[in-house]
Amino acid sequence: MKILTGNDLKTGEVIWWDGTGWSRHVDDAVDVGERGDEILAREDATRRVNSGYAIEATKQDGGVRPAHIKDRVRALGPTVRPDLTLKPADPEAGNWVI
Amino acid sequence: MYLYDSYDQAMVDARVEEFRDQAQRRLDGRISEEQFRPLRLMNGLYLQLHAYMLRVAIPYGTLNSRQMHMLADIADKYDRGYGHFTTRQNIQYNWIKLEETADLLADLASVEMHAIQTSGNCIRNISSDHFAGAAADELVDPRPYAELLRQWSSFHPEFSFLPRKFKIAVIASDTDRAAMRLHDIGIQIVKNDAGELGAAFYVGGGMGRTPMIAPMIREFVPLDQLVTYSEACLRVYNRYGRRDNKYKARIKILVHELGKDEYTRQVEEEFKHLLDQGVEPPLAELERLKPFFADPDFVDGPKTVDRSDPDFALWVERNTHRHKHDSYVSAVISLKPVAGIPGDASSEQMHLMADLAKAYSFDEMRVMHTQNVVLPHVRIADLHALWTKLEAAGLGSPNLDTIEDIIACPGLDYCSLANARSIPLAQRISTRFAEKGKTEQLGELKLKISGCINACGHHHAGHIGILGVDKKGTENYQLLLGGSEAEDTALGKITGRGFDEDGVIDAIETVTDIYLDKREEGERFLDTYRRIGMDPFKEALYD
Repeated sequence: MKILTGNDLKTGEVIWWDGTGWSRHVDDAVDVGERGDEILAREDATRRVNSGYAIEATKQDGGVRPAHIKDRVRALGPTVRPDLTLKPADPEAGNWVI
Repeated sequence: MYLYDSYDQAMVDARVEEFRDQAQRRLDGRISEEQFRPLRLMNGLYLQLHAYMLRVAIPYGTLNSRQMHMLADIADKYDRGYGHFTTRQNIQYNWIKLEETADLLADLASVEMHAIQTSGNCIRNISSDHFAGAAADELVDPRPYAELLRQWSSFHPEFSFLPRKFKIAVIASDTDRAAMRLHDIGIQIVKNDAGELGAAFYVGGGMGRTPMIAPMIREFVPLDQLVTYSEACLRVYNRYGRRDNKYKARIKILVHELGKDEYTRQVEEEFKHLLDQGVEPPLAELERLKPFFADPDFVDGPKTVDRSDPDFALWVERNTHRHKHDSYVSAVISLKPVAGIPGDASSEQMHLMADLAKAYSFDEMRVMHTQNVVLPHVRIADLHALWTKLEAAGLGSPNLDTIEDIIACPGLDYCSLANARSIPLAQRISTRFAEKGKTEQLGELKLKISGCINACGHHHAGHIGILGVDKKGTENYQLLLGGSEAEDTALGKITGRGFDEDGVIDAIETVTDIYLDKREEGERFLDTYRRIGMDPFKEALYD
């Protein structure tokens, strides 16, 4: 599947296109097929997302897993600071990145 | 240390308001990201993996307690309670919001700090010896010269859009603690046969994807021509440096392709031309700067310390450096606890370091390019009290220049350029060697890790270097041996095929075991490597 990501223009937070808006959680990301450029062009005008781009991902166990490790790090947060990730209560969350 | 005059303050304040307007125009949609990007980068604001990252300039690494307290307050107010000290003696914040950045910059300006020229193709923060003004072996304090060059290079209209970024280091001792020859320009303040002070110029060094050691192009530039000669070096680069290829745009490529002699000839020609142009500020300006760096009021006191506590004794042995006044030492606060993140400090730790600088070091600190912090002027009589407070705060690791004192770039945990993570390796390596009790046994061993070829972690210059690469979407690590960023500058050589994360940590233990097996009396790892060469290490790693 192809999903869209970028950073929130105001806050810099990593965000993912969920079909109607932008979510902080990669699992909310939807397959945009070939419509990525069209959606990004439209969303760029709303000034919510900064530097948006499309990536490859797979759907696994109900979750979405970006194909490249860099985007998995973006999706979770720094593996060396579990307390600053989106799953601070899960010390093993970093294993999902590798 | 240097204090802003009204011109400095007015310039920095004006820049804050200029950026406030630029950021607002971006948020309002009046300018695009393409238009805004170079503007934010000129103010040190990057967009990294998780958020905006702000790099704050700390000129030649020197700061006072008021400034360090502000850095801590900024970490709490605008970030997530910590900051990361970098290999350019700066600090970076990882979780900055664009909508708050102008307010952050205003807070910085209130303590005579900014983020100007910490990015972009301009002259970056000028670095220096972290023991400047304190070291027993220095000729003079190099910081007035660094400050003169800082003022010259700030907002320099001709050098704001160079072919590529440009880094200068200034030292004034034969011992190089600033990786001077791995800079675009490295300057060593020297004395000639007539006893006059001048500057030796080394040009065209650097790390990155094409590491080079800067050759000396002039042995002695009189101090009243320091700025003019620097201008000549930059002018030739600005004129002929490649702008068509980012990877060949640094001055090291120009010097290499022209050859040292031809580059030098062109610089000398330009220098001769410039000498008549009035580029050089009056020598009185340099003399005006010197009192800002005058010695504090040292007082005589005990010259030795009770070392009956073995933990304290080890810290004194490892983390203090000889001072020019024999009742003082420079004390290094290690930001490398075992399993810690190299260079990271919490706001609480920053506040504590500021308080300790105020109490024990004439209100002064230095950020080291090795990502630690120095209290430059500590009375020997105060050492135990200082150490006790550092220990209680987790800042007393006695590991300066050991295998635990690892330089590591932010790597793939934070950096959008990185191919692999650096920090987890540093954490695992320091843990493994500490748990096995091998750190002290290995002695001086400088290990440096970069998460990509840009070499922010100085891997080329590590006695042992690690370079993270992307191998078909997974992290892979190349191992290098034999580098040095000291006065015996050398570039490490790759051992062979790379390793995965577990493999590279085992590989480091393998090469250190070879060292322990082969070393002769008094040899550091680097000395043994230079004596026996790469082959014994390769055999152990790959056979």
